[in-house]
Amino acid sequence: MDALVLARIQFAANISFHILFPTLSIALGWLLLFFKLRLRATGDQSWMALYRFWVKVFALCFALGVVSGITMSFQFGTNWPGFMLKVGNIAGPLLAYEVLTAFFMEATFLAIMLFGMNRVSERVHTLATALVCIGTTLSAFWILALNSWMHTPAGFELRDGVAFATDWWAIVFNPSLPYRLSHMLLACGLTAAFLLAGVSAYRWLRGDQAPEVLKGLKVGVWLAAILIPLQIVAGDLHGLNTLEHQPAKVAAMEGIWETQARAPAVLFAIPDEATRSNRYEIAIPGLASIYLTHHADGVVQGLNDFPDLHPKVLPVFWAFRIMVGMGLLMLALSWTCALMLWRRGGLPPTLLRGLVLMSFSGWVAVIAGWYVTEIGRQPWLVYGVLKTVDAASTVPATMIAASLAMYLTLYATLIVAFIAVVFYLARKGTPPPPSPHEPQMSGALP
Amino acid sequence: MTSVAGIPVGLEGPAFWLPLVFVCLMGLAMLLYVVLDGYDLGVGIWLRRATPEQRDLMIASIGPFWDANETWLVLGVGLLLVAFPLAHGVILGGLYLPVAVMLAGLILRGVAFDFRVKVKAEHKPRWDAAFFAGSLLASLAQGVMLGQLITGFSTTPGALLFAGFIGLGLTAGYALLGAAWLVMKTDGELQTRAVGWARIAAWGTGAGIAAVSIATPMVSPAIFAKWFTLPEIFALLPIPIMSAALFVLLQIFLARLAVDAQRGNARGLRRWGWAPFVTSVGLFVLAFLGLSYSLFPYLVPDRISIWDAAAAPESLQIVLYGVAVVLPAILLYTVFAYRVFWGKAEALEYG
Repeated sequence: MDALVLARIQFAANISFHILFPTLSIALGWLLLFFKLRLRATGDQSWMALYRFWVKVFALCFALGVVSGITMSFQFGTNWPGFMLKVGNIAGPLLAYEVLTAFFMEATFLAIMLFGMNRVSERVHTLATALVCIGTTLSAFWILALNSWMHTPAGFELRDGVAFATDWWAIVFNPSLPYRLSHMLLACGLTAAFLLAGVSAYRWLRGDQAPEVLKGLKVGVWLAAILIPLQIVAGDLHGLNTLEHQPAKVAAMEGIWETQARAPAVLFAIPDEATRSNRYEIAIPGLASIYLTHHADGVVQGLNDFPDLHPKVLPVFWAFRIMVGMGLLMLALSWTCALMLWRRGGLPPTLLRGLVLMSFSGWVAVIAGWYVTEIGRQPWLVYGVLKTVDAASTVPATMIAASLAMYLTLYATLIVAFIAVVFYLARKGTPPPPSPHEPQMSGALP
Repeated sequence: MTSVAGIPVGLEGPAFWLPLVFVCLMGLAMLLYVVLDGYDLGVGIWLRRATPEQRDLMIASIGPFWDANETWLVLGVGLLLVAFPLAHGVILGGLYLPVAVMLAGLILRGVAFDFRVKVKAEHKPRWDAAFFAGSLLASLAQGVMLGQLITGFSTTPGALLFAGFIGLGLTAGYALLGAAWLVMKTDGELQTRAVGWARIAAWGTGAGIAAVSIATPMVSPAIFAKWFTLPEIFALLPIPIMSAALFVLLQIFLARLAVDAQRGNARGLRRWGWAPFVTSVGLFVLAFLGLSYSLFPYLVPDRISIWDAAAAPESLQIVLYGVAVVLPAILLYTVFAYRVFWGKAEALEYG
């Protein structure tokens, strides 16, 4: 394989691995703050038990996110030197603001949040927790501002082929940022909600029916049930925004080759670029025009309008269906569970098992969604400005292959270890809170 | 652009001073990173020499700090990326393999912090091993990166040997910082052991600094010229003299603490426990100043100066506003966090 393909696989592997953990830690942070505030409001110690359990998962996610994020900051340079040469004047400040305003705040107050509960007042601890949450969300904002700019670049001019900033407001609040940011933050919430519900269901099924387990289950299910319809609306708006700015991506998502009015919604197909058509297509006539243009005979541009400038169709087409399919499953399960909880106050074992199976459904949807948007932007790295091939590094393929093998081994091991540890913690249940009267074992870490 | 010794002639205004400001900021971030993450990597290097109970305490002594410490690396490399995009690609491309090894080491170590206390008890030694290996790999790789940068990414056997040597030297330096941190942050049996570790690492660090100082001018003619011409030599001279003085002072402190530990003189240990760490940090600061002096104004020796590589002034300016507002806040809450966890390390408990 050539160096470009390897560099792309390596970056994709790293960024796919990385996104799993911030997705969880962004939303888990806010959930932990919510648990703490409920504890303060009600004095109900089961909120504390819930906090103590989930803060461990949060800490693990945070550590995994930090170390894979450090890797990313280096891979910008090692894998895509052309990116910084051409658009460094734009990307640089956005990344700098992420480090300055978010990373240090998260990292420093995380220490107080995790280990400082007995060293600072309750008020300061809650404040530290809130600052960690603000930090994680702020870092999502900055990195999504940059990513959105790569999709819908604005506020710059090209001089001698290099981008120079002309309007920072337009750069940060570029046309796709509001949609991408809300879509991603809702995805964070959903991922954490399903993990919370799934792990609580797992504990419940194993006979650990402490009050905090039921609380976790309820919070998870209700959060999922509230967020999923919002997410479907946000996703639709995001899609319309993409249609406006990146019609080739939408054509690939829909599997539409020829520009046409009354475009069909393709439910199933194997898009084939050799023949430039769909094999085994199952489609509903006219439906895509309705949901994409909101007109029965609206015209949808097809892939053939962008002969050499559209992405590989198959991965975009299928990643999109996986994401949407996950979303529909989430909707069905969370609403059924919410209804049962509301009417009966509990869940039957079948639904609990369903929740356990869906514990990591958010991850699947998030990865699929990012593949849609990132592969969908190809062959561009910065849409209409810089092609991926022109940003690639000159590092020899063998070196990339060797380091790729190392990263892949590491990432696979760590994902397995993470999932195993989450369920191991669930089996151990919540330990009783440490009593000040008992002597603490020296060096006993949580 | 004409230039004398890398410094452009006739360049004025922001285009001249912004790169200077940013190279100072980047240097500050890198120095803070090396000292801060240096001590926590160093603690990891000694992990296998301690009993399982001591390991918990060693890691507890760095647990609240490591994450923020590593953020300085992200800021340092971020500033390289932001302020000197042209050099960023060249440097990181040239250092591709050691960077990959360092990242693997940092990943292993960073996740081991959390995994080792959350997995089944029988798996804990495995994560301790990962913690040690990650700390060692990251330290060695960072030294090799520095060495390769000084030689301009040369791949001759001599240059690689030099880079390998810097790898060992920096690892010894981190081991010294780590041991000295433990002397300051722990007491009892672990503190006594840490004094012994610091004495071993101090000799390694001293030998490393001396060897690197002798070898550096030999691998780089430009640095040779900078060191051994009049009157420049007088500008540089205070650095080796002060380094030698600090080294002797460090040996005296460590010898005294070793005697105190042997005699069980808790008062002496309490009173002077901070001294080896502060002295070691001083050694790092001096080595850093010497290195900066040798390399300036180049980012890649004799090839890319800070002005060659700088981003557009309007982009640097907008980052500078951010830095001016945010950096004081960062320093302030960093100090706050260190104060919260001041004093001897205790077992870490969530909540």
